[in-house]
Amino acid sequence: MVMSGPFGHGEHLVRVAGLLAAGLLFFLLARAVLVPSDFGVYGHYRASALADNRARPLVHAGRAACAPCHAERAAELAKGKHAGVGCESCHGALAAHAADAKAHKARKPDGRALCLTCHRFNVARPASFSQVDPREHAPEGACTDCHAAHDPGP
Amino acid sequence: MEQLLSRVDGYMYPNEVELQWSVLIVLYPFITGLVAGAFILASLERVFKVDAVKPTYRLALLTALAFLLVAPLPLQLHLGHPERSAQMYFTPHSSSAMAMFGFVYLWYLMGVLLLEIWLEYRPEFVAFAKATPGWRGRVYRVLTLGSYDVSPEALHIDDRVGWALTVIGIPSAFLLHGYVGFIFGSIKANPWWSTPLMPIVFLFSAIVSGIALVLLMYVVTCWLRQQRTDMRCLDTTARYLLYAFLIDFSLEMLDLLHRVYEADESFKTLDFMVQTRLYTSQMVVQIGLGTVAPLALLALTQIVGMSERARRNSYVVAALLTLVGIFAMRWNVVIGGQLFSKSFLGYTTYKMAFATREGLLATVLLLLTPFGILWGLVRLLPPWAEAPAPERPPALPAAS
Amino acid sequence: MTADRRQFLRETGKLLLLTGAAGLAFDHVIAGQPESAPGYDATRHWWGMLIDVEKCIGCGRCVAACKEENGVSPEPFYFRTWVERYHVRGDDLEHPVVDSPHGGKDGFPERYRTGEGKTFFVPKMCNHCADSPCVQVCPVGATFHAPDGVVLVDKKYCIGCRYCVQACPYGCRYIDPALHVVDKCDLCYHRIAQGLTTACCEVCPTGARQLVDLKDPEDPIHEYLRTHKVHVLKPHMATKPKAFYNGLDGSVR
Repeated sequence: MVMSGPFGHGEHLVRVAGLLAAGLLFFLLARAVLVPSDFGVYGHYRASALADNRARPLVHAGRAACAPCHAERAAELAKGKHAGVGCESCHGALAAHAADAKAHKARKPDGRALCLTCHRFNVARPASFSQVDPREHAPEGACTDCHAAHDPGP
Repeated sequence: MEQLLSRVDGYMYPNEVELQWSVLIVLYPFITGLVAGAFILASLERVFKVDAVKPTYRLALLTALAFLLVAPLPLQLHLGHPERSAQMYFTPHSSSAMAMFGFVYLWYLMGVLLLEIWLEYRPEFVAFAKATPGWRGRVYRVLTLGSYDVSPEALHIDDRVGWALTVIGIPSAFLLHGYVGFIFGSIKANPWWSTPLMPIVFLFSAIVSGIALVLLMYVVTCWLRQQRTDMRCLDTTARYLLYAFLIDFSLEMLDLLHRVYEADESFKTLDFMVQTRLYTSQMVVQIGLGTVAPLALLALTQIVGMSERARRNSYVVAALLTLVGIFAMRWNVVIGGQLFSKSFLGYTTYKMAFATREGLLATVLLLLTPFGILWGLVRLLPPWAEAPAPERPPALPAAS
Repeated sequence: MTADRRQFLRETGKLLLLTGAAGLAFDHVIAGQPESAPGYDATRHWWGMLIDVEKCIGCGRCVAACKEENGVSPEPFYFRTWVERYHVRGDDLEHPVVDSPHGGKDGFPERYRTGEGKTFFVPKMCNHCADSPCVQVCPVGATFHAPDGVVLVDKKYCIGCRYCVQACPYGCRYIDPALHVVDKCDLCYHRIAQGLTTACCEVCPTGARQLVDLKDPEDPIHEYLRTHKVHVLKPHMATKPKAFYNGLDGSVR
């Protein structure tokens, strides 16, 4: 049957075009619904991703959090060679302890193993850094027997 | 993973030890390559009027469609969150080759391939819609989109539009697979991938693999239908395979020569990788079995006089070896690019699992699926006119 | 209509339009306001890191602290930061011997003797490049530059394609094995927004790692950059890294 409609013999192509247009419309509708509303505010990303990245709870408290309760220790530390060492370098993560000291007790680290983590001789360490060979320098006993942990002396 | 650590040679950045892209990402360029290649072969007939390959025209289009439909599957299986993959279409990052490729794929599928196949088969749809009973008849009626005009004028319009689509389709096919090459070639962090030659090498190897596949499909389907193969068609297809292969081989050799000569920072580490961890897949499979052997065989058929049967068998063997070789090429690019450290100081290994989401079993199944789809397509859209289909009209008669 | 009335209508129309537009824009801005750090203005900071190779002792406290602070998988394949040990023999800068046992988290077993060559530690991390290839290749906008120069990952939007992992020249990204999205150093964004320093800097005993704010005129980094020879990793990649290294040897990759 010959078509005598407005598009004549190209009518089937118009149907295809219509189908594609419908597809495009569906795509645009889906996009309008599914793309988060804050996408693209600051750049090509969801603006609330900034907040998401900031929403993590603290695990380390930071050395400023220790001084208010442990003022003497802080003062002792500030005098000596360990002044630049953060409390949590040795005592581990303490945000829980800073929030509730009774519920979460801080640990006293081992008086030898921890010290050697930094001070055991390793040729890759800067020569100016205080290092010892634990086989010769006090092979037995805790380092804290002679060196106060917070103000370790010479 | 602990096993992987123990098989690291030298130094790798800790996060590099496990490969990021698995064999599924090898499959993906292989499949899209077959699509682009099959389409370009089909376009030879339509646009460049190479009549000899006409018997493969419809088969090539259907093959391209079957593989194009499967192409996104390895990607979906690989993604950490496939349910979010629509985000690539809703909020594509314009600087990302991967995002832009999603639209190239969509354009090629909807705007080029499906439309061209629909126009090609419209006379059949209309005829079958009227004649076929039951659910199959319903399918055909839907496929006609409600239009039953197969007058000479309408078919002439189809022919012109189809021609125009093929003309647009050739650069689209180039874009489809060249883009995949660009996805790798634009990564400056990876010296094995980063070269401007990458899109071109990918494209030509795609053409080679696509022609090889259609050649094989043609021989196999003729055998299944117990029909004689049109030797003129087969000879011409094989000749095009040879030409494309020569170009592809030259391009890859150019890349290699360039690297060897310039010998930049990455060269020693890549060279060592090729000579050790990548030796079998690169030297033996890709270059030996997959390139030199089929090239020699194809060249032989052109130089030496051979019987029909001998030529046909040579073509089949050459095509099979070619497909293996092109798969190996994708493997060497994707996996090879991750076996060495970006510190240029070490190597890792790739452990392909079997029954996992990204394992060998999934790969094999994904490779078989297009053939299943093709089988269905051939049933629904017969590439061979058992009854003569309405011939395309030569030219519209002058209006009177 | 008299000219005055026309003028009045025009001006009122403009005012209404602008107010409406401003209102919409304001809503958008408020929508993006991070509730969890109300006092933090991202546009007043431009974060970077200063790493002093001459001071690093390879104790690995930073690696351990980072894993704890950010919930990184304890396995030795996923690191937001790690420490490498370089051993350079003689004048062969092209073939250093490098190792990083478990990222350096538990320190480095002694392997070399004095006088055998040059040995030192190099901490590595995301360089928060100003021109990062990782952001460039992300197909959906799941990794991005925050207004304060930190390169962040939107874990709710990432599809896990791993393209950014391939694009990073420094190897600092990995896939979170539990969430199947990309993860990497985020400069402890939750800490710096509250005025704290990063976990790695907090626990570094020698001050080899220091957070720097390039937009803060009081930050010692400005003076430091004037008085020291600093390097960045892989400058030929032109990614504009913001992790500055003092004392970086030519053998470092």
